Amino acid sequence: MLSLIGILIVVVGFILRINPLLVVTIAGLATGLAGGLGPLEVIAAFGKAFITSRYVAIVWLVLPVIGLLEHAGLKERARTVVGRLHAATTSRVLLVYFALRQITAALGLTSLGGHAQMVRPLIAPMAEGAAENRYRELPEKTRFRIRANAAAVDNIALFFGEDIFIAIGSILLIRGFLDQNGIQVEPTQLAIWAIPTAICAFVIHCTRLLFLDRKIRNEIAEKADKP
Amino acid sequence: MITLEHIYWLTGLMMAGVSIVNWRDHSNPRRFNNTAFWGIYAVTFLVGTYLPDLVSGVLVIGMVLVASIRGLGQGRGESATRDEREASAARWGNKLFIPALAIPILTVLGTVLFKKITIGGSPLVDVKQVTVISLAIATLIALTIGLLMLRPPLSAPIREARRLLDAVGWAAVLPQMLAALGALFAIAGVGNVVSGLAQRWIPLDHPSAVIATYAIGMAVFTMIMGNAFAAFPVMTAGIGLPLIVQKFGGDPTIMSAIGMLSGFCGTLMTPMAANFNIVPTALLELPDENAVIKVQIPTALLLLAANVLLMNFLVFRH
Repeated sequence: MLSLIGILIVVVGFILRINPLLVVTIAGLATGLAGGLGPLEVIAAFGKAFITSRYVAIVWLVLPVIGLLEHAGLKERARTVVGRLHAATTSRVLLVYFALRQITAALGLTSLGGHAQMVRPLIAPMAEGAAENRYRELPEKTRFRIRANAAAVDNIALFFGEDIFIAIGSILLIRGFLDQNGIQVEPTQLAIWAIPTAICAFVIHCTRLLFLDRKIRNEIAEKADKP
Repeated sequence: MITLEHIYWLTGLMMAGVSIVNWRDHSNPRRFNNTAFWGIYAVTFLVGTYLPDLVSGVLVIGMVLVASIRGLGQGRGESATRDEREASAARWGNKLFIPALAIPILTVLGTVLFKKITIGGSPLVDVKQVTVISLAIATLIALTIGLLMLRPPLSAPIREARRLLDAVGWAAVLPQMLAALGALFAIAGVGNVVSGLAQRWIPLDHPSAVIATYAIGMAVFTMIMGNAFAAFPVMTAGIGLPLIVQKFGGDPTIMSAIGMLSGFCGTLMTPMAANFNIVPTALLELPDENAVIKVQIPTALLLLAANVLLMNFLVFRH
């Protein structure tokens, strides 16, 4: 039971909005101590785990080129291109990206997206541009809502697309785990049974996206009503 | 052979560059904090593989203290005004998309091609890490294209990287920190304690109740651990296999496939999955760090309900 202290620290820390790096470090050290490690052993275990997890930071290598292109007007260009498509609305831009992202992820092409590479420089400016085109100036609240939706589309389409591809990490993990427990399963079977949920994800989230345009319109009307 | 280690050196050099640009930037009131933070981070990439674990641990704690006591700052905003960027955008037109789109396209090409290229019998890149290595190589090529096309001063890429990385701030390191926390959870056996609690407190004598417990348990446990991969073995060994498969005769393939996806519903709702949920709020400069999670929660809950229904309907079908 004592080893659950880390979970408690994380929950309390996030609620009190203490710096998450500090919260996570304290939670990690406390969990290690509760699990019977000595103080120096805990620090060493934390350091080792941090070093082995470095691969999650490799995505930051895209920042120099993305920054360079932003400096040269990439976001502004993305807005202009969307502005020329008269049928483009925020909902439609995000729907198209959702479909593309989910389909390519299902084909194993999970790298065709991502928050640093695609959402910040291209998708979010396009979604914002489509709304700006219609309403000129957007209130900050609306601007932030559109950006958060762009990030959410990238996540949801990826999560519920990639599991249809047979060589993705989660399918390999399921297969390996069941194998250890004496159950042989085919990756293709696992992939096929991910399809019903993938369809539900598409229907649910795209239905919600269809309401986004209306929400933006209401927010703008609300702002205009105020003196 | 190109391995992950080489990519770490490259990342380390970039972090060191970011640290130096910060050191020389007098417009940032906390420039020494930023210098120390990214400087220590650079060290963990450049020589982390050879450091004793205890030294790595001390370095990490040093970074955390720098970021949480007084905190990190930012230099004076944008390097170009909006008008300048509009003018540049008009000048370059759609050519600007070439380097940007080269990154994902070359990454995908790399993951396919590098598996096939061998030199003297050994593969050109470490096949197990082919995706991240391809991403790194793709960004280098895209950067080269960008530099040749735009011809900015040579220091521009690293100054731009500094601008973006400081905008993201400490959140850039959070995903890695959470992965480390997950490792300590595993050492301390947190998973077994949680599934033990679930088994003790939840009525598990009806198939539908078991399925609901398994699917919702996957989501909740994923929210705690920040990762469905950590939740899956624990929940499946604790509830899925003994009850759904062995006691009630459910299909293990369907259960596992939908169970994992129920975990992904949890990923959408937790700040612990920082690289998906917190990092984008920093990258998109949103004031509310839970903004992305708030958008995702309705979809996640509806989809979790759909998963419970699907599993009920499909798992005992044959």
